[in-house]
Amino acid sequence: MKILVCISPVPDTTTKIAFTDGDTKFNTAGVTMIINPYDEWYALVRALELKEAGTAAAVHLVTVGRADAEPVIRKALALGGDEAFRIDTDSNDPYYIAAEIAHFAKDGGYDLILTGKESIDYNNGAVGAGIAELMDANYIGFATKLDVAGTTATVSREIEGGEEVNSAELPLVVSCQKGMSEARIPNMRGIMAARTKPLKVIAPSEATPLTEIVHYELPPAKTGVKMFTEEQMDDLVAALHSEAKVI
Amino acid sequence: MSVIVLAEHSEGNFKKKALEGAQYAANVAKSLGTTATAVVLGSISDDQMSLLGQYGITKVLHVEDSRLDQFSARADAKAIILAAQQESAKVIICAHDVIGRMIAPRIAARLKAGLVAGAIGLPDISNGFVVRKNVFAGKAFADVSVKSDIKVITLMPNTFPVVAGEGSATIEKLAVPFDDKDFSIKIVATNKVTGTVPLSEAELVVSGGRGMKGPENWGVLEDLAGSLGASLACSRPVADSHWRPHHEHVGQTGGTIRPNLYIAVGISGAIQHLAGVNGSKTIVVINKDPEAPFFKAADYGVIGDAMTIVPKLTDAVKKFKANN
Repeated sequence: MKILVCISPVPDTTTKIAFTDGDTKFNTAGVTMIINPYDEWYALVRALELKEAGTAAAVHLVTVGRADAEPVIRKALALGGDEAFRIDTDSNDPYYIAAEIAHFAKDGGYDLILTGKESIDYNNGAVGAGIAELMDANYIGFATKLDVAGTTATVSREIEGGEEVNSAELPLVVSCQKGMSEARIPNMRGIMAARTKPLKVIAPSEATPLTEIVHYELPPAKTGVKMFTEEQMDDLVAALHSEAKVI
Repeated sequence: MSVIVLAEHSEGNFKKKALEGAQYAANVAKSLGTTATAVVLGSISDDQMSLLGQYGITKVLHVEDSRLDQFSARADAKAIILAAQQESAKVIICAHDVIGRMIAPRIAARLKAGLVAGAIGLPDISNGFVVRKNVFAGKAFADVSVKSDIKVITLMPNTFPVVAGEGSATIEKLAVPFDDKDFSIKIVATNKVTGTVPLSEAELVVSGGRGMKGPENWGVLEDLAGSLGASLACSRPVADSHWRPHHEHVGQTGGTIRPNLYIAVGISGAIQHLAGVNGSKTIVVINKDPEAPFFKAADYGVIGDAMTIVPKLTDAVKKFKANN
């Protein structure tokens, strides 16, 4: 079985968010880029576990991004994976990302394509389902467990107020979240090996983005917390009712 | 040329987010000079469907196929695409929930339609078609311009108000030619906790963190939640330690919620937790530590021991409810 893991470089969570160019672009100055946690801890680690168990023969990584995405791809290769591909373009449109990956993957013979549940920068979570539609495959989102036996995948997924276990034939696209696997720390050998693992640059297809972020805005700062003592709970309830109007 | 909205239902009733979606769709339709059509999949009564008229829906397209009573992303997407094509719909709306997030990108990819996932406002059509959503885990807003002819939007639950008006919708049956591929994912088992409001739709939430010291102390939070009619949530360490079930975990790697009221008890307010709750309208923080970062994100705060404060708050809520 051959697995493709989609890796997205994102700004580190603790980053102070700022915008430039008249609030039309995210300011990357001084920002550490990391592997999207859902992609790393869940999609990539599960793929590596399946390879270690002998279920998968190969794990490939794909990223849609410019050359500045390569340090993050190497971080992913340090955890594992046989080779990586970088589709040389960028956009914040989820359809475009899905179209590029689907175009790349269609001749790759992948049985399983894994993504994280969503990226922590744009929070769309739309790429996996988009890839599945463009490849005429099934998609299971928000998966918490994934096992493969032969050509059948058994996937547990989050549903409203609970969990459902699905069974689907490969090829399959799955988005992964907590429960799937445990985060790993790359070891020295992995980091060294990552430097020489193949990282191929691929030209983008003729797809065009269908959406574009034209403006960013920071939310208004909180006006300051109103404190109450333990003895003032009636006052707090009154404020929640007449001031905040939430009860 | 209408606006299409998927109206989700469960156990014979439309979900609150279905009504939010209907209202949102009606507003969008009005601004575009057209009408809003709801797509309803699976078994539900005509009376219920015509009630959607109170939320601005003029027509319901009902795909009555009972196979749709069990979720299938491909089947749902196929039905909505057919409805959209029949109606020459320019805007297609789903809720931003597990279902909507699995089918909207499929619909968008098939129709080459731009997708805004997690809209928090109506489209601005003064110069193109621009929709606002949260980005960077709620730390900022992004205005997304949709360039394609057809637009797909998933709407954040509990963002758009619902006001029932007058009107009833007409109901039309829509036959969809499904094939085996559309139902090729088999459901093997389901574990559901029924009767509880899904956290993503709860208007009031009481949440506990590591400061609660142990699962045996949750009774005070359950009492507070009971007095308010609130749902329970928790921080990551609490879920990881199995003090509370996984589905209560809110935060960057848990659920993202936007309740009207979020009461955080014994939670320090790490960035990763805030990412899940910063869309809350009002935040109350109860914590023993005056330096807890959460106070910076709070509207109201109480410093002290949760075990004594929370019961007092519960009493105050009960007293308030008895007198109002």
